[in-house]
Amino acid sequence: MLVKGTISRVAGPFVTAKNATGLRMYELVRVGEEGIIGEVIGLSGDNAFIQVYEETAGLKPGEPVEGTGRPLSVELGPGLAGCMFDGIQRPLHILQDMAGFFIRRGLTPNALDRGRKWFFQRAVKPWSKVSGGSVLGYVDETPVVKHKVLVPPDVGGVLEYIAPEGEYSVEDVIAELRRDGEKIRLKLIHSWPVRKPRPYKYKIPPDIPLKTGQRVIDTFFPVARGGTVAIPGGFGTGKTVLQHTLAKFADADIAIFVGCGERGNEMAGLIDEISKLKIPGTDYPLMNRTVLIVNTSNMPIAAREASVYTGITIAEYYRDMGYDVLLMADSTSRWAEALREVCGRLEEMPGEEGYPAYLATRLAEFYSRAGRVVTLNGEEGSVTVVGAVSPPGGDFSEPVTQTSLRLIKVFWALDFSLAHRRHFPAINWLRSYSMYLDSMRSWYERQVAPDWVKVREEAMSILREEEELRELIALLGPEVLTETQKLTLEIARMVREYFLRQSAFHPIDSYCPLDKTYHMLRLILKLREKMSIAVEKGVSLAELLKMPIIEEIARMKIIPYDEFKKSIERVEYEVDRLLEKVIGREKG
Amino acid sequence: MRERYKPVYSGLSFSTVKEVRGPLLFVEAKGVSFGELVEVVSHTGEERLGQVIEVAENIAVIQVFEGTSDLEVEKTRVRFTGEPVKLGVSMDLLGRVFDGRGRVIDGYPDPIYVDEWDIHGAPINPYSRAHPSEFIQTGVSVIDGMNPLVRGQKLPIFSGSGLPHMLLVSQIVRQAKVRGEEEASIVVFGAMGITADEARWFKEDFEKMGVMDRTVMFVNLAEDPAIERLLTPRLALTAAEYFAFEQDMHTLVILSDMTNYCEALREISAAREEIPGRRGYPGYMYTDLASIYERAGRIRGGKGSVTQIPVLTMPEDDITHPIPDLTGYITEGQLIMDRDLYRRGIYPPINPLPSLSRLMDAGIGPGKTRRDHKQLSDQLYYCYAEGVAIREAAMISGEAGLTERDKLYYRFADEFERRFINQDPYEDRDIEETLDIGWELLEPFPEVELARIDPSLIREYHPRYRRRMG
Repeated sequence: MLVKGTISRVAGPFVTAKNATGLRMYELVRVGEEGIIGEVIGLSGDNAFIQVYEETAGLKPGEPVEGTGRPLSVELGPGLAGCMFDGIQRPLHILQDMAGFFIRRGLTPNALDRGRKWFFQRAVKPWSKVSGGSVLGYVDETPVVKHKVLVPPDVGGVLEYIAPEGEYSVEDVIAELRRDGEKIRLKLIHSWPVRKPRPYKYKIPPDIPLKTGQRVIDTFFPVARGGTVAIPGGFGTGKTVLQHTLAKFADADIAIFVGCGERGNEMAGLIDEISKLKIPGTDYPLMNRTVLIVNTSNMPIAAREASVYTGITIAEYYRDMGYDVLLMADSTSRWAEALREVCGRLEEMPGEEGYPAYLATRLAEFYSRAGRVVTLNGEEGSVTVVGAVSPPGGDFSEPVTQTSLRLIKVFWALDFSLAHRRHFPAINWLRSYSMYLDSMRSWYERQVAPDWVKVREEAMSILREEEELRELIALLGPEVLTETQKLTLEIARMVREYFLRQSAFHPIDSYCPLDKTYHMLRLILKLREKMSIAVEKGVSLAELLKMPIIEEIARMKIIPYDEFKKSIERVEYEVDRLLEKVIGREKG
Repeated sequence: MRERYKPVYSGLSFSTVKEVRGPLLFVEAKGVSFGELVEVVSHTGEERLGQVIEVAENIAVIQVFEGTSDLEVEKTRVRFTGEPVKLGVSMDLLGRVFDGRGRVIDGYPDPIYVDEWDIHGAPINPYSRAHPSEFIQTGVSVIDGMNPLVRGQKLPIFSGSGLPHMLLVSQIVRQAKVRGEEEASIVVFGAMGITADEARWFKEDFEKMGVMDRTVMFVNLAEDPAIERLLTPRLALTAAEYFAFEQDMHTLVILSDMTNYCEALREISAAREEIPGRRGYPGYMYTDLASIYERAGRIRGGKGSVTQIPVLTMPEDDITHPIPDLTGYITEGQLIMDRDLYRRGIYPPINPLPSLSRLMDAGIGPGKTRRDHKQLSDQLYYCYAEGVAIREAAMISGEAGLTERDKLYYRFADEFERRFINQDPYEDRDIEETLDIGWELLEPFPEVELARIDPSLIREYHPRYRRRMG
């Protein structure tokens, strides 16, 4: 029996219902005559507190509230990839067909297209025993995503029927299994409650990097597949551009972008880009491997809160197929603010800065859904989570940043002063960190170069030394520096300008293969080695800086990879020769 | 054509005011819906507008836009309309001046309206948005060259009290154009809490410029009721959306001063005894501001656009204050006025370093501005940032320790402010002129310092090569 209650109070996106005994926590409810969607977020006596996912204007006390008997869930099945949903998984292109260019309330289209037929190829024989996570068959969801049709995690038994190869809609029965005498029908689609993590066998250590093509990240602050990253930064420091860059270039099988309480125009820009840009090595646009969840800042705040859960549940679903999934949430602060608003309206005792005392718990629950796992089916899959944080006033001491930092393993600190001089990505190399450096060390040594760690550490020590020297200059002036120290400053400048700085908009520079990243850095360090010998022999630094090879090194970033590979040896040779040449000239 | 919008009353009328607290009325009433428009009639028969902001079974909380002064508990009557707050719209709005809640105040009869629109609007479906990419030339170098404005963008001016933001706004209104287009934009001006002098100056200025016949003004003066300011930007944006999405026109919306708007928001929040966020502003201020700023944009396949230039004064010039901070998190960049530049006589005193236009990359380049625009601006940024840092260091440790390279940058910073940023309020520079000034300023640098510009662009645009060519 579904519970029926009556609205007794409406305040913004929050509604109180009376005579609602029997409604359960987090149950999905229909509110008012129009039946708009809400979720129970508190119970007290026979009152239920409900957050409403749509505009509440026009609701009045006395209107009905009806339970649905189920929690907020998402539909999982083919048709997710390449689609754009709002925070509660309503497909935005269908909303446009139904209501035009502006969002209207009270529309509840299906998340996945019922009319579309998918070509199903079975992977199991009838009468085999299957359990949660078993692969029943395949569907080519997009040219680049082979969608594995899974037995839902909580189901298992003996397969009595499996559909033959052919075209099926998501609601056609493609398998029947029997468990304890009970017959269960399976379709291409199943639903899963968003607030409940999908099960897996066990977690495995994250020791393979998720390549991003961004030099500062891949070199100094890499993230592992299944890892967690926080990107705090004040406005204008490039959080969104960095996240968009990841959505485009990270080597994940599936990228899920959750635009949570952010700008509509930027989402439009992202859609434009991923509809045009090709997945590296294929002829298909990035859209084919992307799922977008969009709840812009002017869309209902409760759906903003739901959007991160919708996103991560879809991410787990693809993980369960054995894929590497990257989930980006821009921005977790807006989600936390939605929690704060709920907390305020429920008149709960607030914690720090008005955020609810359970903020840390919620964030922890979210980030712990990331990870590299062995799936129920015995495959390896991962969900990597990258959360942007928008600290008020750019001040990292605020609760959302601080709580996030306790939960994540990689910290990309975005910096105003870098952004102001248009050094992007504005990742501060002294404040940021990655706790995966050690666990991924052997991968880098095997896959990129045996001396990878040495090169990285040498470059980092130059940057650290630069900082110390700058402090020295600030105190005593530049005259006190030795020639060697001046050389260090010059090399540090080269590392910053020629290596760390990377344009997200340049056709070549925007993506840098790992191998190129390594060689670029190595050549700069080689230059340093030779120059310091020259300086020791008494050659003036000013003279050395005039060498044309430096200009060539400066422009390495915009040379296409193939051409670059061919030129490595020559550049190296010229750097080697430089010493003899310059010293020879000095002598002569 | 219909007459001026007259609300249809749901027939509900109550004289059961229980409490008056700040701008709020608490009325015992049944059958009231959330968000509806109400008319509050005082004991003298004076009518005021209000809106239901919370409703429970027997009580409705009403914010009264014209304030509650002089209202009393016993004789005040409240009529519920059963409708949201609406604005009558038509092309006849052009050339007209309204008060902050939408009543005609220019002395002429009410315009004829063709429709009534809910002033809260509805969010544009993100799927339906077109990415803004048309460059608007404002004729102001520091904007066009460094932080260009794009059609459909929301680009606020963060100012401080006493800084010439009004002069700049007026210059932008006068000069803004899209290259290759004849038709000028519609201007919608929403003024919140500005002084009567400022309002008059603006109107006269618009008339002088000859733009008044394509302008609509909604003016809430400093002495007008503060709560009315919650309506003003929404009225302005509703009018703008009508022109943009119903009439396919390009509109430029000026909202000034958003700081006054936020103060009104805080006042309501305090009266409701809500748990305050930072500096007493309500926790939902981000969401509330977003419901205003996000109403900029374009629609795929649509011809019109809404471009917003909100103006706000940063209390104590503090950019981390919640008002500029939350605004910056929503808008697509910001133009920041700098008191130090102003004191040194630079107009417009926009400091390009903390300023930003997030839509720059989409709006510039070949076919839109010029091929060298992006890289030139990156280089100017780098040189200016470097120059300012050196100038600051030199102020502490003296100029003696400066290297030749340092001196180049130091001089560049000064020249950049004097020749690039600085211009006359009536000087309209086209984008080529702006970019060429940039190149001239870079001339003293050796080419190796111009690492942010592609060598092919240097050969094409650097004055040294151009002279050789010419």
